[in-house]
Amino acid sequence: MTPPSPLPDADELKPPPLSDAGRHLLSISDLGAEGIEEVLRVSDAFVEVASRPIPKVPALRGRTVVTLFAEESTRTRLSFETAAKRLSADVLSFAVASSSVKKGESLRDTVETVAAMGVDAFIVRHPSAGAPAQVAGWVDATVINAGDGWHEHPTQALLDCYTIRQVLAERAGRPVSESGVGDFAGLRVAIVGDVAHSRVARSGVLAFAALGAEVTLVAPGSLVPPSLEGWPVTGVSHDLDAVLPHVDVCYLLRLQTERGAGSFLPSIREYTAGYGLTLRRAGLLADGALVMHPGPMNRGVEIADEVADLPRSLVLRQVANGVAVRMAVLFLLLGQVVRGDATGTVADLGHGYGPVDG
Amino acid sequence: MAERRPAGAGGRATVVVRGGTVIDETGERRADVLISDGTVTAVGPDLDIPAKATVLDAGGCLVVPGLVDLHTHLRQPGGEEAETVETASRAAALGGYTAVLAMPNTNPTIDSAAVAREVLQLGETALCQVAVAGAITVGRAGQCLAPMGELAALGVRLFTDDGTGVQDAGVMRRALEYARGLGVTLGQHCEDATLAAGGHMHEGAWSSRLGVPGVPAAAEELMVARDIMLARLTGGRVHFLHLSTAGSVALVAGAKAEGLDVTAEVAPHHLSLTDGELSGYDAVFKVNPPLRTECDVAALRAGCAAGTIDAVATDHAPHPPEQKEGPLDVAAPGMLGLETALAVTLEALCAAAGDEKGKGAMSLHDVMALLSWRPARIAGLDVGHGGDQGGPIGVDGPANLCVIDPSERWEVDPDHLASRSRNTPWAGRMLTGRVRHTVYRGEPVVIDAEAQR
Repeated sequence: MTPPSPLPDADELKPPPLSDAGRHLLSISDLGAEGIEEVLRVSDAFVEVASRPIPKVPALRGRTVVTLFAEESTRTRLSFETAAKRLSADVLSFAVASSSVKKGESLRDTVETVAAMGVDAFIVRHPSAGAPAQVAGWVDATVINAGDGWHEHPTQALLDCYTIRQVLAERAGRPVSESGVGDFAGLRVAIVGDVAHSRVARSGVLAFAALGAEVTLVAPGSLVPPSLEGWPVTGVSHDLDAVLPHVDVCYLLRLQTERGAGSFLPSIREYTAGYGLTLRRAGLLADGALVMHPGPMNRGVEIADEVADLPRSLVLRQVANGVAVRMAVLFLLLGQVVRGDATGTVADLGHGYGPVDG
Repeated sequence: MAERRPAGAGGRATVVVRGGTVIDETGERRADVLISDGTVTAVGPDLDIPAKATVLDAGGCLVVPGLVDLHTHLRQPGGEEAETVETASRAAALGGYTAVLAMPNTNPTIDSAAVAREVLQLGETALCQVAVAGAITVGRAGQCLAPMGELAALGVRLFTDDGTGVQDAGVMRRALEYARGLGVTLGQHCEDATLAAGGHMHEGAWSSRLGVPGVPAAAEELMVARDIMLARLTGGRVHFLHLSTAGSVALVAGAKAEGLDVTAEVAPHHLSLTDGELSGYDAVFKVNPPLRTECDVAALRAGCAAGTIDAVATDHAPHPPEQKEGPLDVAAPGMLGLETALAVTLEALCAAAGDEKGKGAMSLHDVMALLSWRPARIAGLDVGHGGDQGGPIGVDGPANLCVIDPSERWEVDPDHLASRSRNTPWAGRMLTGRVRHTVYRGEPVVIDAEAQR
C-alpha cells in the first residue's frame, strides 16, 4: 500500500559513505566509467605479463595482501592469490573454516587482529552484504570486495567487461590495447537468471551500463529484485526466447539450486524449461552473439552442456582474464604509491620491468 | 552521583518552576509553578518564592506535564549489559519522561506476576515511574495466553508480545476476548513473520540496490488489517505499536472512522529517518520495523497531525556495541530513543520547530499531547501523569513536570548519554529542543539538563 518512494536516482545510490573511493574497491560505482576504463587499460599490460615465460613482476614486492574469505569460493580466492603473487606481493590466506571466527570472534576483532600484523590490502568475501564496506571502516588498509552477499562482486564485472572488449577487438582485427570502451556503446546485454540474489548481476548491471551498454534483465518474476528503481536497465523480460535474437551478449547467472526447492521456483526443471540456455535457444542467438557465465556452471540447468562448450561461450576466457584484471585492480589500488614513494607506473610494466625470479 | 534512595525522598523540598509557559491539555498560559511535598501547591504568574525553595529557571521554556513513553525496552532482567532500569530511567528523566512502560521481552519474559513484581520493584528507586507491560502469550511464543488476570491485578494495563507479533489469528482473537473481560489493552507489534522472514531493512529501492533482504511494508499492513478485523469481531481494544508505513496509517484511520476501539503510536525515528540511512550498511540504523521511505515518513507525520496516531513512543532499544557492529544481517535491530525523542518529534511535527525536511503542521500543544497526556491515557497512567486525567497543571495535582527549551540546539554525543548503550542514530547530529528540567513526584531529577542522581 506504500506509494513508490520518490527516490534514489543512480547518482544518489553511488558510493556508500564508508567507501573511501579511490582507495578501496567495494562497488563498481566507486569506479565510474573512467575508472572501469582505466582498469581495462591496465589489464592489457597484465595480460601481456601472463604470456611471458615467467609471468611475474615486482610491482607489489614487500606488500602484504590477505584474502579473507568468510564464504568458500576456491575459484575467486585462487584468482586473487595468483594475481597478488604474480605482482610479487606476500599473500596470506585466511580461511574461515580454520579460523577464530568459528570460535566466536567477531568480524571486527578478526579483521583488526590481522590488520595489526601489518597488511596492505584485505580481499574480502563475505556472505553478508556490506561486510567489505564495514571492514574498510575499521582498518587503514585497502579493501577489495571479492563478493558480499547479494550486493556486488566488482572484479567479476570488470573481468567480464575486459573479456567482452577483448573479443570485440579481436573480431574487429585490432589489438585490444588500442580499444577504448567504444565497443560498449549500444551493446545489447541480457542478464538471465536469479538477478534478485546475485551480486554478479548487481555489479554487471552497473559496469555494463556505465560503459554505455543496454542491459535487459531476464528472470522469472520471483527472482527479479523487489525494486529496480535507480537501476540503469532498459527493461525486464520473462520471455527469454523473445529476447535472445536481439542481444549481443547473453550473460547467464548461476542458479543457486536451493532456490529451486519450491519457494522461489516450482522446480529446477521448470526453470530450465523457461530460462535455461538450451541448444535450441542458443540457435535463436544472432551469429556473433556471445555467451558468458561467471561460473561455476550448473550444466543442464542454466546452460546446456553443448552450449557451454560452443565457440561463442567465453567461460574459460573469463577465468583466464580474471587473473590479469585482478592484477590490474591490485596494482591500481596498491602499486602506485607506497607510503609516499612511487614504485612504478603502468608504462614501467611494459618496459622497465622484466621477469623476476620468484 | 548520589547514592540510590527511594523516589520521592527528594520530593519533600519546595521547588519553584519560574518564568515559563505552562502547556497542558487545557491550554497555555504564563505561570510559575510552586511544588512542595510532591504536589503542586500554587500555579500563577509571579508567585512569591518561599525561602529555601529550589528555583528552576523556566525563562523562555515550556512547562508541561511529564512525558509518558509507551514503549521502552529497559532490558532488565536479563539484558543488563545493554541497560538497566536505573540507567534507562535516568535517560528517561533527561528526555523529559516521568513515566515509562517497560516492554516485556526481557529474559525471563514478563509473563508472570513474579517477573512483573521484580521490574516494578526495581522501578521504585528509579528516576521516573516504571510501569510494566505484560506479555500476551507465555514466553512471547504466540501459543498459550499469559496469566493476564494475575498481571492485571498488579496494575498491568497493556499487554504485548512486542519484538514479534502474535502470528496466529485464532490466538489473537482469544487474547482480545479475554482482555476485553479484564478491561485491558493489547498492543500489537504488527509483522507477519512469513513476509518479513529473513529481512533486515525496508524492502524497496535501497534494499534492492544494496543486496540486503528486505521487509515489505505489507508485512506490517497485513497484521494491522487483520487486527482491525479482530477488533471488530471481538470488541477488544488494540493498540498498534510503532507503525511505520503509509498503508498502516490509512488502515488505522479507517478503523477509527468506523468507531473501533483502536489506538496507534509511532516512533520518533520513523518520523524522521528513511531507509537511505542504511546506504553505508551501518547497523545503528537497523531497527524493527525498519526505516521506510520519504512517503511513509510524510504519511506518519500527517497521521499525527490528523489525530490518527495517538502517541509518539520511543521504542528505546539499547544494544551493546558487539551486537551492533557486525554485518547488517547479523546485527540486532533497535535504537536508543529516550534522550532524543522530544527534539526529534518537535523537529518532525511542530510548526514552531521544523527541520530541513520542512516544518511540521502541529502546534506545540498538540505535539505535547502525543508525548504526554494521550499516551498516559493509553497506558492507564493518567492518574498522576499527563496532567492527571487531562486536567490542568494545578493545585493539588501531581508534580510530574518537564521544562523544555524548544529552541536550544545541541549535538548528540553518544558518550554523554545516560543509557548504558550507545546505539543512537543521531550521533553527531544537531537537534533543536532540549529538556532543561524534569520534576518527578516533586523531586527535581534533572536540573539544567543534568541528572541529579
